[in-house]
Amino acid sequence: MLGPGIKRFELDARDIARKALPGQFVVLRIREEGERIPLTIADTRPDDGVIAIVFQEVGKSTKLLGTLEKGDSILDVIGPLGNPSEIEKFGTVVCVAGGVGTPEILPLARALTQAGNKVITILGFRNKDLILMEPEMKAVSSELIVTTDDGSNGTKGFVTDALKQVIERGTKVDRVIAVGPVIMMKMVSKLTEPHAIPTIVSLNPIMLDGTGMCGACRVNVGGETKLACVDGPEFDGHKVDFDLLMQRLKIYLPQEKESLELFKKTCEHQGENDA
Amino acid sequence: MPKPSPKRIPMRAQKPEKRRYNFDEVPFGYSPEEAMAEAQRCLQCKKPSCIKGCPVEVDIPGFIGKIAEGDFWEAAKIMKRTNVLPAICGRVCPQEIQCEGSCVLGRKMEPVGIGNLERFIADWEAEQAECVKCEKRPPTGKKVAVVGAGPAGLTVAGDCIKLGHQVTVFEALHKPGGVLAYGIPEFRLPKAIVQREVDFIRSMGVKLVTDEVIGKSRSIEELFGEFDAVFIGTGAGRPWFMGIPGENSLGVYSANEYLTRSNLMKAYLFPKYDTPIVKGKHVAVIGGGNVAMDSARTALRLGAKESMIVYRRSRKELPARAAEIHHAEEEGIVFNFLTLPKRYVADKDGWVREMECLRMRLGEPDASGRRRPIPIEGSEFRIPVDMVIVAIGNSPNPLIPGSTPGLETGKHGNIVADPKTGRTSKKGIFAGGDIVTGTATVILAMGAGRIAANSIDEYLKTGEW
Ligand SMILES: Cc1cc2nc3c(=O)[nH]c(=O)nc-3n(C[C@H](O)[C@H](O)[C@H](O)COP(=O)(O)OP(=O)(O)OC[C@H]3O[C@@H](n4cnc5c(N)ncnc54)[C@H](O)[C@@H]3O)c2cc1C
Ligand SMILES: Cc1cc2nc3c(=O)[nH]c(=O)nc-3n(C[C@H](O)[C@H](O)[C@H](O)COP(=O)(O)OP(=O)(O)OC[C@H]3O[C@@H](n4cnc5c(N)ncnc54)[C@H](O)[C@@H]3O)c2cc1C
Ligand code: SF4
Ligand code: SF4
Ligand code: FES
Repeated sequence: MLGPGIKRFELDARDIARKALPGQFVVLRIREEGERIPLTIADTRPDDGVIAIVFQEVGKSTKLLGTLEKGDSILDVIGPLGNPSEIEKFGTVVCVAGGVGTPEILPLARALTQAGNKVITILGFRNKDLILMEPEMKAVSSELIVTTDDGSNGTKGFVTDALKQVIERGTKVDRVIAVGPVIMMKMVSKLTEPHAIPTIVSLNPIMLDGTGMCGACRVNVGGETKLACVDGPEFDGHKVDFDLLMQRLKIYLPQEKESLELFKKTCEHQGENDA
Repeated sequence: MPKPSPKRIPMRAQKPEKRRYNFDEVPFGYSPEEAMAEAQRCLQCKKPSCIKGCPVEVDIPGFIGKIAEGDFWEAAKIMKRTNVLPAICGRVCPQEIQCEGSCVLGRKMEPVGIGNLERFIADWEAEQAECVKCEKRPPTGKKVAVVGAGPAGLTVAGDCIKLGHQVTVFEALHKPGGVLAYGIPEFRLPKAIVQREVDFIRSMGVKLVTDEVIGKSRSIEELFGEFDAVFIGTGAGRPWFMGIPGENSLGVYSANEYLTRSNLMKAYLFPKYDTPIVKGKHVAVIGGGNVAMDSARTALRLGAKESMIVYRRSRKELPARAAEIHHAEEEGIVFNFLTLPKRYVADKDGWVREMECLRMRLGEPDASGRRRPIPIEGSEFRIPVDMVIVAIGNSPNPLIPGSTPGLETGKHGNIVADPKTGRTSKKGIFAGGDIVTGTATVILAMGAGRIAANSIDEYLKTGEW
């Protein structure tokens, strides 16, 4: 448990651990009736054959995943999928993350630092109780700025406010990488565009197979349709149609609600039986 | 020999008004009596033209002759010699342009129901306590890796294991079968049958590894650390879109996504199964092939009031199997011929609400020999829809070509392989099926697999390339 509704698991997945690079993800299916859900590979320990995932319990599948305990097994783990992040010496890189994007950006920030970049990390949370992984992020960044929407800790405001300050104080920023809620990635991209700072975002559309076979994950980048699972998940933030992405994430809202409610009911039911 | 009756024995099927609401298989299959009667229509030609129409050259008069005599066991044995997946081929081959299209009876009357008989004998065998065992050659100590568990890969696996090699199949999805598992619906090809055929191959000793995306978790190069030869049968997995405005609207699916949700993930059983699917009431399917028919008929079963095919040529040019077109018509699928979508119109939340189409007319034949559709200017009209399924084809899956340096690919990203041997431009690597030819048929993929298996065997013996 990392925070309210946010959990970190380590999975036994030797082949994946050997190959995974920052920015890649896995697709999981928890049980026979389960759906296939994508989750970023948050860390790897190749020698132990272990990968880590961090997830937020938002709906049926992630809540079900959260009920698993140490030693339980997951039916299918497929990966590493997607293209790895571009890691080079860019100069000064600002890593921006919000909420559950934080653990996803950790391996990226680490790799960028190792590649000789100056890494400034900006993390945003709604309030101080939701702050994640501050010490770990500090260890891999030259500078860490934490914001909370309500000012209960760190700087009050959004990550974009902090990024704006960094740019305005005269720091020469060579690249920005943003991982987190779509609206955050959109605002970050909007902010950096007039400054012509290359901005990379990691997109999270609804996925199914994760191998480029179905077209569920299509996104519009620079007027062209791309498949996030094989052409991405990282894209040039200045070219992404974020509004379309936000719309497409809502396709199954009614079904997701139905599924979650059914899940809650069976959980309560089981609780009664256990008692 | 008495003259055969001009009509074939019809196959009993679920009534259209009933089956359009369920996912159970449509035809019931022949009874032994019906099968024998149909088999007796075959003339047992000395030079059987039907065999030339079959890409894997099944001994058609041979197995049909045994059915006519009532010796089903022997018929099954003959069948399994050339065709490892008869229960599937009998159901999905486009027989009217292959074996049955070449049967001599067809010149004057209905050809022998070869597909129906093939299906019968496979299903009969499956019901017996024992199944036909295939003789295996002594172990060679050589190891073959097969990438992709579609019909091409499964055929290579089945053949190579019989030839005495050790075989491991790697499949990216969580279930083997390729299109047979994720694409073709239950009502046309019950998944239990695919499972049965997969189990048979497994029982011969083939090792099957699912959830393994080659090119990601391991490269083809790395496979050579463990294996002596590699076969690539990864299919034509990447869906085409038309690139017209509004195509990313909510409710516009690729056929691959729609069918995968329904077949592989069992979204038709939501919420018992977790994968959701949009249930359109007014559904338009773009395209005229098997994939389009499967999509339109699935939409009907998922509760559509109206499910229509939108095709730019006329009925005569429909590429789907004759049986599927017939079944679709019976079930009340609406056909809009000579119609081409131009753009989709969405509501404020992004959901598709209408499609604007153009009327077409047919011009001169094009390279494919079919008459080219030409838009009629100013003929725009709108059709109200709440769901669209785009079924206009797929291009080869780019994962392996993109991660295997030096592997020659063609114009469309397909892997280049010699059709006579299945050999690619790289030593030890063979390829076949849709990844080489683009979307084709199950039996052609199997045919390519058979050729590749024999040439793998030869390569493993001689080491020569
Ligand atoms: C490449 C990628 C990497 C991701 N990495 C992480 C991660 O590291 N940690 C994390 O917590 N989340 C991550 N996500 C999001 C995660 O996949 C979804 O939260 C999860 O699928 C929700 O499933 P559910 O049943 O719990 O919720 P649901 O109630 O089904 O859905 C809640 C919301 O999640 C999204 N969603 C639903 N199904 C899918 C799906 N099949 N694919 C993608 N999004 C879906 C939709 O926006 C939906 O409204 C990632 C998504 C992508 C595409
Ligand atoms: C809906 C539909 C209906 C059809 N109906 C008919 C019909 O009635 N009759 C007919 O003859 N044909 C039909 N076809 C066409 C036929 O199914 C295909 O031509 C045939 O399946 C091709 O076989 P294949 O083995 O080449 O590839 P596929 O069946 O596509 O199998 C390829 C397999 O490789 C796997 N794979 C891909 N990449 C990787 C990787 N990197 N690592 C590991 N595994 C990988 C895929 O997941 C897949 O399982 C239909 C096709 C569809 C989509
Ligand atoms: S495999 Fe197909 S083409 Fe060949 S005989 Fe059987 S049904 Fe006909
Ligand atoms: S051509 Fe027709 S009649 Fe002749 S052997 Fe083949 S199936 Fe029988
Ligand atoms: S998830 Fe199916 S193509 Fe990307």
